[in-house]
Amino acid sequence: MSADILTPVLSARWDTKRSWTLATYEANGGYAGLRTALGMDQAAVIEAVKASGLRGRGGAGFPTGMKWGFLPAPDGGPRYLVVNADESEPGTCKDIPLMLASPQLLLEGVIISSYAIDCHHAFIYVRGEVLHVYRRVLRAVEEAYQRGYLGRNILGSGYDLDVTVHAGAGAYICGEETALLDSLEGLRGQPRLKPPFPAVEGLYSRPTAVNNVESIASVPGIITHGAAWFAGMGTPKSTGHALFSLSGHVTRPGQYEAPLGVTLRELLELAGGVREGHELKFWTPGGSSTPLLTAEHLDIALDYESVGAAGSMLGTRALQIFDETTCVVRAIARWTEFYEHESCGKCTPCREGTFWLRRILDRIEGGTGTMDDLDVLLGTCDNILGRAFCALGDGATSPILSGLQFFRAEFEKHITGHGCPFDPAAAALFEYTSRSRENEVALSGAGTVGA
Amino acid sequence: MSYDATTHASLTADAAAIIARYPRRRSALIPMLHLVQSVDGYVSPDGIAFCAETLDLATTEVSAVATFYTQFKRHPNGTYTVGVCTNTLCAIMGGDEVFDSLADHLDVGPDETTEDGAITLERIECNAACDYAPVMMVNWEFFDNQTPESARAVVERLRGGKQVAPSRGANSVCTFKQMSRVLAGFTDGRADEGIGAGPATLAGLDLAKDNGWAAEAAPTAPAAPNKAKETR
Repeated sequence: MSADILTPVLSARWDTKRSWTLATYEANGGYAGLRTALGMDQAAVIEAVKASGLRGRGGAGFPTGMKWGFLPAPDGGPRYLVVNADESEPGTCKDIPLMLASPQLLLEGVIISSYAIDCHHAFIYVRGEVLHVYRRVLRAVEEAYQRGYLGRNILGSGYDLDVTVHAGAGAYICGEETALLDSLEGLRGQPRLKPPFPAVEGLYSRPTAVNNVESIASVPGIITHGAAWFAGMGTPKSTGHALFSLSGHVTRPGQYEAPLGVTLRELLELAGGVREGHELKFWTPGGSSTPLLTAEHLDIALDYESVGAAGSMLGTRALQIFDETTCVVRAIARWTEFYEHESCGKCTPCREGTFWLRRILDRIEGGTGTMDDLDVLLGTCDNILGRAFCALGDGATSPILSGLQFFRAEFEKHITGHGCPFDPAAAALFEYTSRSRENEVALSGAGTVGA
Repeated sequence: MSYDATTHASLTADAAAIIARYPRRRSALIPMLHLVQSVDGYVSPDGIAFCAETLDLATTEVSAVATFYTQFKRHPNGTYTVGVCTNTLCAIMGGDEVFDSLADHLDVGPDETTEDGAITLERIECNAACDYAPVMMVNWEFFDNQTPESARAVVERLRGGKQVAPSRGANSVCTFKQMSRVLAGFTDGRADEGIGAGPATLAGLDLAKDNGWAAEAAPTAPAAPNKAKETR
């Protein structure tokens, strides 16, 4: 394996002029993969994706080809591909820029993948809060129809495909594949009991493959360059290129496409390090639902197995970087507020649990918590983790459990000190005087602060 | 109250176009609620009745869906939804201060609309632009790397009836109703406006190009052993 440290494949053409147009995409070799795929047996396309080792890039890491293989044999009825473009996991910011810059790459992947699973109507479910991305994907589909990449008898192959681009309306839970399907059917977006899995009973209770944007966008490259090319990058069990998104207290935040198995130390070095004059305190490997890691985990290979062995999850490779100015209690309280807000309400552990977790964390952050609260937090998490209806409930416990594991003393300091010892202004990326400090200054100036 | 004949006819035609996109009619509900917002500026009782009669649902079934999703508004929305991300990463990078500063400046709280009807202020969740934190969305267009000053300048222009340009998006921000029509799946022809990628999006690609880093070249035939190194 001799791939360079950064391996732009999906991101390779993002800087071209009008990168989102079909003309630019074709001028850079676009749709070569589709032509190759249409000359292959459908089963051979699935085999190639299986052989590549591609694992789902939406967080769970399930092998994409294997997922497709779970669809039952065609029975003459419809089969569907649904692309999960509902990117909402806190910290995750890779699919949205991909679709903004390169919607045709996603679309070529959609057509190849649909062909592979014998689907004639595919859906791209884009979250509703990204207007221009939705415009670009709609336009990409329009252009593809005009050029004969979609519709009847695609490129003379006899294969037909329609694509519908669907905008969501604001609900994190719709990133969960069965909630997404309910939402696409015009219902409240709440998860379904599994099994049956979508491969057997998905959209309209028909066999359905639900795949992440980045997974599907990786398919054209695999078909064009071969499964061995893809598997030649990364590690034996976590193959291929992947987008790593650095954000927060880092000198050059952004998208870094590298083989799986790269370390945060390497990526941070490429990104100019933690912001000047500061040091790493904690980070997420793949969004807020993946347990926090610290500076002692800088050299862990960012692949599914190694991050799992370190007690977290690779997730979406949303590397949120926080330096020593950050209050971990504030960070976790805010994520918990998010989970409470986004809980769909279907199951009691998540609906009630996130409500209480938030209130307890708020009072700890505000200085009125008690030491017993820390045990209540742990107990509440224990009643959610593994007992919630879907993985999003489990995710709500990740920052709290890992936060208490690594930073219990900081929680205690909020309790014993009756308040937050951090100045939020110190963590911000612009200069200002924080409101809490302004009040202190005003109060002490008036001489009214008692003991 | 109900829609006048002209409005009803145009809604009916648009709804038919939406329904035609899906194998089953009910899938049209969420885009139709966006469509209702494009006419009424919120999910109005008339709109709920219209969706129900068109899709052969009870109004309660339509309301149950409408109230689940945060983008569907139960009260008339301002011309512009100004959302500041206050999820953890943006909040800590300064989003909390950006929000507080706007709330003070506009004299409204979260989910409230200014008296002139121009702006509805929201605290929003992660909008997938963390590498541009702190992020503000105006009618769901990206305003990257905000400060309290830059955010106030944007809302001042909006209240003054002037156009504002997102960092990554169309050349100017459209109204809430216009946006809702696009989200219902009716293109406004503006996809080619704006840039393809902002600086953070290109951070890794720029570095790779500077250093000559790339994925290994593909073998000449798919599935052949991959030994060749790309020539640059």
